[in-house]
Amino acid sequence: MAFNTRKTDYFPYLLLIPATVVTLIVVAWPLVETIRLSFTDASLRPVENYVGFANYEKMFSRRFPEVIARTFYWMALSVIFKIVVGTLGAVLLNAAIPGKTLMRVLVMPPWIIPIPIGVFIWGWMYNGQFGMISGIGQSIGLLEGPFEFLAFKSSAFFSTIVTDVWIGTPLVTVYLLAAMQAISPDLHEAAWVDGASRFYRFRRITLPLIMPAIATMSLLSAIWTFNSFDIIWILTEGGPRNATTTMIIDTYKTAISRFKYGEGAARAVMIVVFLSLFSTFYFLMISRLSKKDKEV
Amino acid sequence: MINKYRWYEFVLIYAGLALFLTFILAPFITAFTVSLRPMQSLFSIPYRFLSENMTFEAYWQMWSSVPLLARYMVNSIFISSAITICGLLAIVPAAYAFARFEFSGRTGLLAGFLAVNMVSGAVLIIPLYKVMQQLGVLNTYFAMIVPGTAFVIPTGIWLLRSYLMKIPRELEEAAWVDGAGKLYTMIRVILPIALPGIMVVAIATFIAAYAQQFIFALTFNSVNELNPLPVGLFQFFGRQTVVWNELMAASLVGILPVLLLYVFLQRYIVAGLTAGAVKE
Repeated sequence: MAFNTRKTDYFPYLLLIPATVVTLIVVAWPLVETIRLSFTDASLRPVENYVGFANYEKMFSRRFPEVIARTFYWMALSVIFKIVVGTLGAVLLNAAIPGKTLMRVLVMPPWIIPIPIGVFIWGWMYNGQFGMISGIGQSIGLLEGPFEFLAFKSSAFFSTIVTDVWIGTPLVTVYLLAAMQAISPDLHEAAWVDGASRFYRFRRITLPLIMPAIATMSLLSAIWTFNSFDIIWILTEGGPRNATTTMIIDTYKTAISRFKYGEGAARAVMIVVFLSLFSTFYFLMISRLSKKDKEV
Repeated sequence: MINKYRWYEFVLIYAGLALFLTFILAPFITAFTVSLRPMQSLFSIPYRFLSENMTFEAYWQMWSSVPLLARYMVNSIFISSAITICGLLAIVPAAYAFARFEFSGRTGLLAGFLAVNMVSGAVLIIPLYKVMQQLGVLNTYFAMIVPGTAFVIPTGIWLLRSYLMKIPRELEEAAWVDGAGKLYTMIRVILPIALPGIMVVAIATFIAAYAQQFIFALTFNSVNELNPLPVGLFQFFGRQTVVWNELMAASLVGILPVLLLYVFLQRYIVAGLTAGAVKE
């Protein structure tokens, strides 16, 4: 594949210096420092003491297991919706119909624009007094009166998911669409000649061939959803009564809003533990998929 | 022939697409209608998308309601541009190294960079905050640009690497045989050829930087004049009411730069984003 270089050749390493330095300073070192802080009682005060596992014990004796469960529930629902809606969208956009090029361009904007701006718009739509969804719900008789979506535990929970799905679906759609278009048309033609129906061809040809792409996208979007901060923070700041407090939100609240750096760091470490598990899966999957590729 | 649809299939596809695109585009259309309506008409029940006296007034008013609005937009563009330039200085050489050279630790390093994509800024924010405090760079552009740069590097490397791998290797071999040094070959032979790819990566980086400058700005900056647009827009949220029509107008104007970039270059951006993981 690439050029072999002699052991004495430092050129590729020189090329990697800028990227490595920035990554070490901004990502690697803070990660290590977070782990260290998680064993201290660091706060706004200039002194910090080593406190062992106290932060972790405190964290688990409180309502933290609930937060973890909620995070995974939130993430699972959001990812499932993104994949289902995204796959359906990709199938539809893959159809050979007039106007498909324009429609493909129109899919991306939610993913391109700054997340907070998209969330402000959803904030208007969720507004109870005069927001669009509440208003339309009343007009068609679904709601009896104004409904404040972000004020109640379960509606706030699902509202943040819907917004997250809106932002995440475009990439899933475009990604799966690309995977579908990479499928050789010969396969479909051969099956078509043999009289296979459209649905049968989708189930037996398209779906198995885009499965690796669906798997990759599910995992990547699980990671991004797990890390999702802007949407919940702007819509509800984790409320009402913690109904939308995921691990990221809880960490931010503890560390930045309440200045409990040590306790926040312990929470951040838990996030890193989960993320490392996801990443391990991701790299195992990628290397398995690329091995399969080479065999073919 | 194979792609010929029966009439009911056509109906189903268009109905499905209409539903799908409604979900995607309804918020933008809603924002636009809200931006055109005077404040008093926004609170009407039952909900109406339009009102009798539609006006572009919000697009004028917003500049005086939030006096620094233009500044926030300029800040956003400035921060994203700075992140793009710093990012490219790191991305281009690294992508070239990964695309062309075999060296020990290559796979591990590449995996390491990709792993950055999985870390959220919120996890790193505590030590970053403390160190910026100690360096005395809180409330400067620097505090928003440097962390932002680290987060655009992985995707940039990934995109540019797949582009560089398509350039024939004979070009370098020929240059080396002619006695050109490796650095010279990279700068004078390969990078000019790779310029279209680098431009696409630059634009994708700019869009990403523009989109993700919220949490660092929110946390590391409290000087109003330096805020990027997503944070600055909070000024439309008053104690009692939100100036919705102006907020929506400002939001739509604020996303215009990235939308324009996207519309002109969407083909390359989409191809770039999807190339990496589908094919490799």
